[in-house]
Amino acid sequence: MKLNERSVAHYATCDSPADHAGFLRKRVERHHHHAHHHHATSYQRRWFVLKGNLLFYFEDRESREPVGLVVLEGCTVELCEAAEEFAFAIRFDDAGARAYVLVADGQAAMEAWVKALSRASFDYMRLVVRELEKQLEEACKSLAACRKSPRRSSSSGRKRHLSNPALLPLQEKPTVLENGYSTWGSGGGVPGGATCPDRDGGYAKPPPLPPRRRSAASSTMGSPAPGLSPAMPESPVSPETDCFSKLHSWYGQEITVLRREWQERQKKRHQ
Amino acid sequence: MRYNERELLSLARQPAEKAAEVLMRVPKKGSVLKRRLVKLVVNFLFYFRTDEAEPIGALLLEHCRITREEENVFSISFVEEPERKYCFECDSEEQCREWVEALKRASYEFMRRSLIFYRNEIQKMTGKDPLEQYGISEEARFQLGTPKQ
Repeated sequence: MKLNERSVAHYATCDSPADHAGFLRKRVERHHHHAHHHHATSYQRRWFVLKGNLLFYFEDRESREPVGLVVLEGCTVELCEAAEEFAFAIRFDDAGARAYVLVADGQAAMEAWVKALSRASFDYMRLVVRELEKQLEEACKSLAACRKSPRRSSSSGRKRHLSNPALLPLQEKPTVLENGYSTWGSGGGVPGGATCPDRDGGYAKPPPLPPRRRSAASSTMGSPAPGLSPAMPESPVSPETDCFSKLHSWYGQEITVLRREWQERQKKRHQ
Repeated sequence: MRYNERELLSLARQPAEKAAEVLMRVPKKGSVLKRRLVKLVVNFLFYFRTDEAEPIGALLLEHCRITREEENVFSISFVEEPERKYCFECDSEEQCREWVEALKRASYEFMRRSLIFYRNEIQKMTGKDPLEQYGISEEARFQLGTPKQ
């Protein structure tokens, strides 16, 4: 079976961060038919690099290309009853599959490797991501539920809420739910941090506060029917998501009040 | 480079995230579009002759670029060799779009970035680090500020 080996080797040696690295001694596996002969077990010291669900090993630390790769998906990692101290094994379900027996330099190193390897699978990572996705959704919902409480009498109270950065993820969150991850550049930058460029519609940065919000008190609403597109902050959210509609109606309530106040003022003026 | 082909073949038999029959062309001189069964399993894309149980090949989907080409067509290339493209022609525009989205999300590196993002957002909103309960908050792979991918 072909594999895009050149690209795989490149991934092994490029500067993307390794999840774990270090020297290990790897047991040399003999062919079956040698099993009857009493060969001494021998080990080879190799430089191991773990990236995601791939365990690469190099002849030494400065090697430019890996000697080998162990795809870790579906493996179990266990401590070994081998003659060697600090030995552990990577095993696969497949009955005939060989195990990789590895020996660490000491107790701490062995424990660190076993821990890292047993969490290296794609499925594990996917599980954690889904769990966090749920947690974020729940955090959003409970935040939105707080906001549903009736509007404050003091507009300054409202303003404080709006400048609270905690509100803003409500707008970012639906983007993730709705689009999956399509707004994330697949090859580009590091989203989610302050360094993320704005090209994805200001995704990682909180959207700017709607300007009308700030001037509400001084009431620049000269036009009779203010474009009741309430001062909606720009953000690529879907109208279908729960969070957004709550946000929408929350903003809407405030607009209704302001509009009524304006209408009262107009009435008084014309009296 | 040696690798545990046996386990990779076993992985190819696992339930797929996505599978379809498409036309595929490899980046080799004179190669043509051929009907293949492609199967996405974790961060590997396996491709089979349509009547065979064992894949002809596998593509590791890390550090790759998925590009929309002409109608119904997308390509996979790798960052160190962007001109070498594996081309896939789908039956419809919609199928093409679905594959592009699925493949963009299929890398371990992508999941790592998602996790870091969620962790950060949850921390901002709740003040708590959601990874602590897993006992993995200190691990290098989950830290913010890993600059390059």
